[in-house]
Amino acid sequence: MNDTQHAGVTSRFEIRIEEKTHVSADGTELVAIRDFVLDVKPESMTVLMGPSGCGKTTLLRIVAGLDDRFTGSIGTHPDIRIGLMFQEPRLLPWRTVRQNIELVAAPDFSEQDLDWLAQAVGIADMLPRYPQELSLGLARRVALARAFATKPDLLLLDEPFVSLDERTADRLRRLLLEVWRARPTTAILVTHNAREAIMLADQLVLLAPRPTHVVTVETIAVPQAERDHEAVEKIHTDLLRRFPGNFSGS
Amino acid sequence: MSVTFVRNDRVRRTRVLSGPVVSVLSVAGFLLVWFIAAEIAQGRLLPGPGAVLQYIYNEAVHGDLLTELGITLWRVAASFVVAMAIGSVIGLAMGQMTALDRALDPWLIVLLNLPALVIIILAYVWFGLNEAAAIGAVALNKIPNVVVTLREGARNLDPGLDEMARAYRLSPMSRLRNVVLPQLQPYFAAASRSGISLIWKIVLVVELLGRPNGVGFELHLNFQLFNVTAILGYTLAFVAVMLAIEYLLVQPIERHSTRWRNKPV
Repeated sequence: MNDTQHAGVTSRFEIRIEEKTHVSADGTELVAIRDFVLDVKPESMTVLMGPSGCGKTTLLRIVAGLDDRFTGSIGTHPDIRIGLMFQEPRLLPWRTVRQNIELVAAPDFSEQDLDWLAQAVGIADMLPRYPQELSLGLARRVALARAFATKPDLLLLDEPFVSLDERTADRLRRLLLEVWRARPTTAILVTHNAREAIMLADQLVLLAPRPTHVVTVETIAVPQAERDHEAVEKIHTDLLRRFPGNFSGS
Repeated sequence: MSVTFVRNDRVRRTRVLSGPVVSVLSVAGFLLVWFIAAEIAQGRLLPGPGAVLQYIYNEAVHGDLLTELGITLWRVAASFVVAMAIGSVIGLAMGQMTALDRALDPWLIVLLNLPALVIIILAYVWFGLNEAAAIGAVALNKIPNVVVTLREGARNLDPGLDEMARAYRLSPMSRLRNVVLPQLQPYFAAASRSGISLIWKIVLVVELLGRPNGVGFELHLNFQLFNVTAILGYTLAFVAVMLAIEYLLVQPIERHSTRWRNKPV
């Protein structure tokens, strides 16, 4: 499947964040991230896993270029194309599904690309609809399609399957893997869900709570396609034994 | 099954009650009340609908009614465009920049509370009895309302959608067209709705005080002649024009621009 290389700008990313502080409304400073260093492997799925509220979203916003108030550097090309899936779908309610996707699509994104993508994520019938007519699960699929429509050099996913029922979330995870394997892209996914992380990751990055930094990077060797329920549980048991702080309660 | 039947019936009944039939009945009721009141009064201070409609017809065909209406309508349109353009820019800037908001807020409150008459008189005194002073005075009366409404709109812009637009590197033009303006649409609609009604009332005062033509001038003239038929005729004609604008222009535009709303899941 990895033969469809696409000609993007450099796809190796080095994230170095020395310090990121939040200033709250009453002026108190809170260090969210300190000494965060991570090499993101090209065309692989890097999953950042940490407890809720540990600054994962902040980290992703910095990588996406939405927040430049930090010390450190993000080693990416400035003209990089980004596909970003937020926790909420964030579709434009006054544009149809088709318009939402086409608005951000790459210049060479063709009608065939749209057809393929819409088929792949199962929204082919929804293209002329407005987002308010869609359920949350469907809106998430549209957001996923939109993220891929940019033909991204870097795909960022911020807890993309949170607050869905487990069956829908599971189906969407498999959809993500399918689309992603057909169009190999450097991807960073952020989650607090251990089983989701184990199911999707090539590199599993375990994070410590505030100030966020990397505890360890685990490479999961089993290909995603072969990770059935049993395999996921096996990896989970192993990780729980070695990193009880990161996996207890999940 | 019986439940379904009852619900269908109710749907049909509401549709009839909300259709144009109700509007027509309501207008007919008003004309009837007017007619009866005029019959009872039997005087030239309250002419009946027949006499007034006759006057409108005669003035439209043989007199100046259409010209005067046109002049007033032109002044309304000019003041409206000026007020919306200037008010929107200031309102959006104030909504986005806290410092500017602080600086201009006292001026805004002063203008909001300054009586229309004061602005009109000062405009005529300082800039002379001319068209520019008239239109400027009307626009100045409307600008603070537009500013307040659009400032609220700018404050309520969704930061999530703004972030999305930045992450996907949308061009400034595309952001304006696809992200910002659709969010401001309800505020534009509210500002123009209240704007047209406020402006046409003030335009009449401006015409009464310092213009040699227009509906306001005619009303003043006929007031001095004590010609109530003419006063009602001009009023009615202009109300008809405003109704036509509301139903044929404002509402269809609004329906078109909010067609994405209220679609069931």
